[in-house]
Formats: sequence, structure tokens, C-alpha cells
Amino acid sequence: MRRKSISYAKWGYIFMLPFIIVFVLFNLIPLVSTFYNSFFETYTDMYGRQLDPEWVGLANYKELFVNKGGELGKYLGNTFILQMLGFIPQIFFSLLFASWFTDLRLKLKTGAYKVIFYLPNVIMAAAMGMLFFTLFSQNGPINSVYQSITGSDSPYMFFNHIWTQRGIISLINFLMWYGNTTIMLMAAINGIDPSLYESAQIDGANPTQTFWKITIPLIRPILLYVLITSLIGGLQMFDVPQIITNGGESVNRTSMTIVMYLNKHLYSKNYGLAGALSLLLFVVAGVLSMIIFFLNRDPDTKKKKKAKGGKR
Amino acid sequence: MAAPIDAVGAKSSSQQILVRRIICYVVLTFFAIISLFPFIMLIVNMTKASGDIQKGFSLVPGTYLWKNFKTVVNNSDWKMLNSLKNSLIISGLSAFLSTYFSALTAYAIHVYDFKLRKPMFTFILMIMMVPTQVSALGFVNLMRSFGLLNSFIPLIVPSIAAPATFFFMKQYMESSLPLDIVEAARIDGSGEFRTFNSLILPILKPAIAVQAIFTFVSSWNNYFIPALLLDDKDKRTLPIVIAIIRSADYAKFDMGAVYMAIGISIIPVAIVYLVLSKFIIRGIALGAVKG
Repeated sequence: MRRKSISYAKWGYIFMLPFIIVFVLFNLIPLVSTFYNSFFETYTDMYGRQLDPEWVGLANYKELFVNKGGELGKYLGNTFILQMLGFIPQIFFSLLFASWFTDLRLKLKTGAYKVIFYLPNVIMAAAMGMLFFTLFSQNGPINSVYQSITGSDSPYMFFNHIWTQRGIISLINFLMWYGNTTIMLMAAINGIDPSLYESAQIDGANPTQTFWKITIPLIRPILLYVLITSLIGGLQMFDVPQIITNGGESVNRTSMTIVMYLNKHLYSKNYGLAGALSLLLFVVAGVLSMIIFFLNRDPDTKKKKKAKGGKR
Repeated sequence: MAAPIDAVGAKSSSQQILVRRIICYVVLTFFAIISLFPFIMLIVNMTKASGDIQKGFSLVPGTYLWKNFKTVVNNSDWKMLNSLKNSLIISGLSAFLSTYFSALTAYAIHVYDFKLRKPMFTFILMIMMVPTQVSALGFVNLMRSFGLLNSFIPLIVPSIAAPATFFFMKQYMESSLPLDIVEAARIDGSGEFRTFNSLILPILKPAIAVQAIFTFVSSWNNYFIPALLLDDKDKRTLPIVIAIIRSADYAKFDMGAVYMAIGISIIPVAIVYLVLSKFIIRGIALGAVKG
């Protein structure tokens, strides 16, 4: 089949052309120029006009990693903490729900739950942030419950404490993504040959054993996929903490993420530092992607995939 | 499938299963309530006056729905309806361009055998992982030099190169687009471009619909890039307006109007989602099995 189509090869290029042109114009050139910017310092004159950027070599990198290294470390740490606070419960509950949804003995009616669990994902992060901000605000519903339970006269200021603030951000991220992960893991579990579960059951395996000995090993490729995409998604975290923390400033910038830091430099037109920070972000994302490529090439994983496909 | 398992499993465990089933339903319902609660709160508060909202939360709706709506719509700082229109234009066109051209690109790699086929495929998979924010600085500068600040073009046209949509289309084609169809069309004398438009696109309809919804939603919700590009009041999109409402002095606020503004921006999407949910959930599952 393929051999016959060789003479049509030029159509392959023609059909790819719009994608390539737009990619080069709107992604590649900006990417290169962002990195190029990181070697310059931008000055503005007393009227706020931009002067020609001046070549400063690696000075921006020195500024970012050495002079402001503490700040950078702090924001990287924040990003990681916020990410994990959301991701750990997300993967735990998604696995739990996915295994319940696919359990042949339980025979749960799942349709409505799937729809409701995924619903928060279609809502704009900014609006979610704002809803939760009002939910946990001084005179919001959570505080009226809190005050009636504890009998306290004054409301609890959720956004003035490091861990409640981080907790709320992570709760929003959790709510937005656990439905998506549940459905993906469910699809993966449904792809497992049912006869494996049947024979395990005949051999007397209990649900916990079948989960750890059959389900987990066989959905490993998807688990890795979920892990890496969540890590990269977490690296890009911006909207929710930006709204919840008033641009990152609240409680000593303890919930400021790395992209919020980048956004701050972009707004203050500190392009050199923004460029250096972008390169750092690119490298981190690149390393994470390399890991996924590496893991996908793992011969062990490939064999499992094939076996799965073959039996269906 | 289930019947033989039940026959094999010991009879005494049927009670155990009933207990497990009850536990499952209780936990699942608890999470469903947590997921729905923000929306219930939103809808109830949309109908209330600011003062009543401040008194504390109750599930009893008020009578201020229409009044809040008018307050929000008439606010000349927010220009809510205008930003709703802007968001509709940007998201709608993005969804259309993204799905059409990603399908075309995926088709090129799926059907034609050309030298750069494999390298191109690997390349697109690689760029899928690059966060959009990485090139934001260069992007904004380039658009400024093109004179495209406060224009919708930088928010719409880049969606032509959407690696994630491409990847999904490619996977879908692998499972449901036999190459014989293309051969048959050629024998019938159909040109390559016409074959794609009139024969292939209809086959891809389910995948296109799912991806159109995803692209629409992510464009609708996008805040980072529009906030860097648009500063003209008339050009603002919904997430920008939401951020403005949020960052203004909180105390002065008409809370009912705030909830109404959020409602206007998220309820249309939620309704579309609920109507199409079966389709969407099947689509996510499709991505997972192949992913």
C-alpha cells in the first residue's frame, strides 16, 4: 500500500506546509529570540521609552542563578510543593476510582460520576480561583461553618497563612484534574485482557492482590504518561495561584510559582532576566520529556503494550 | 463477562460485595458533591443581593438574578458582553483552524510516504512538551513589531500548529482510517486535496468534534498570553475581565454582581459540556488508550 503512494510524496509536504509555517513564525522564531534576549539588558529612558538592548553576555544568568539564586530556588520549590500537594491525592484517588469503576464484581453505575468528576476541568482556572477565593474568604460559607463549629468570633484568614493558602491552590488543581486522570486510567484498565482477572480470581486472589499484581503493572505506560504530563502541567502552573495570591505577593510569596515569576519579569519589561528564566524552564521541560521518551523506548514496556494489543 | 465470575466466586462473598458497593457509592457521592459544590454556590449566589451573600451562605435562592445581570452587563469598566463576544470569536476560530489543519498535517504523515515523514513526526511529538510560556517573551516582542498588539490574530492563527491535536488525530487515523479508501478515491480520479475534504474529513468527524471542544475550552480559559497582548478595553477576553474584577478593591464590591460575572463566563461552557459529555469522555478515553 505504502509503496504505491510514493509518487504522491509531494502532497505530504504540501499538506504539512501550513502547520510548519505557522510553527516557525509563531513558535520557533519567538523561542529563539527569547533565548537571544537572555544575553541582553534592556534599558528604558526617563520617558519610559525602550532604548536599544545592550549585549551583556551571561550577566543575566549570573543575576538569575547567583544574585537572585535564593529567590529562584524558593519559587522552584513553591512550584514543586504546590504540584505535589495536588498530584499525590490526584493519582491516589484517580487510581482508586478507576479501579472501582472497572471492577466487574462491584458493577457500579458510573455514568453520572464520570460526568461530574470531569466537570471542573472545563471551567476556566481564573473563575475557579475566584470561586474558591470567595468560598474561603472572611465572610464566605467555609468561614461561617468554621465559626459556628468552633464558636470563634473572628473568621480564619485562610489566605494569610502559608499552608492554608497552598492547600487551597492544590485543592483547586486537584479538583480540576482528578476527573481527567480517572477517565484516562479507567480506559487503560479497560484495555487489560479480562481473562487475566478471571484466572486470578479462580486462583483465589483478592481485589487488593489483583490491583497490585495485575492492574498496576499493566497500566504502567499510562501511569508514566500521566506522571510526566502532570509534571509539565505543574511546571506551567499560573492562573490559579495568580488569582488566589494576588499576583503572588501574599504571605511572603510562598505560593509564587516559576511561571508567575516569569510573568512578573515580562510585565516589568525585564526581558533579559525573563529570557534566562525561559531557557531554564525550557531545559527543565526538555529533561522531563527526555525521560518520557526514554521510558517509552524501554523494551520491557513495549513488549507489554504489544501483548495487550495482541489479545484484544 | 460478570456472570461466570460470580459463579466462581464464593457465595458467602455476596454480602461482602454489597458492603463494598455501599462504601464506594458513599465515597464517590462525597467527591461528586465537592466537585459540584462551587457551582451550586455560584448559581445560588447569582440570584442574591450583595448584603444577603455577606450574611453567610444558604442554599435558598434570592430574587436578584435579573438585577445582578443588569449590573454586570451595564458596568462600563468590565464590558462583559463585549468580552464574551471577543472570547467567542477567538475560541471559535481557534477551534476551527486547529482541528482542520492538525487533521491535514496528521493526514500528510499518515498517508504519504515522504523522506521527512519520520523525523517530522518525532519533531512534532517533541515540541508537544514545550510549555507555551517559554517562548512568550519572543512571541510578544515579535507581535509588537508586527503591529499586532491588541489584535486577535496572535491568539487565533498560532492554533494552526497544535501538536497535541495533531497527535490525537494521528492516533485516531491509525485506528479508523484504512489506506484503501484513499487508493479507491484515486482510482475514481479524485484529487488529493478533494479526497481529504470530502472523503476523509467526514470519517474524522468524531475526533474533530472532541478536539474542537478541547481547543475551544482551552482557548476560552487562556489567560497568560492574552493578558500580555491585549490592553485595549474593547479587546479584553473573559479571563482578563475576571482577573480585573478580582483584583479591584474587594470591599467596594457588589458580591452578587461578582458571582454573576463568573457565571456568565463559565455557565455556557458547563452547559455545552453537559450536553456533549458522553462524547467528550469517550474522547479522553480514546487519547488514553493510545497515549
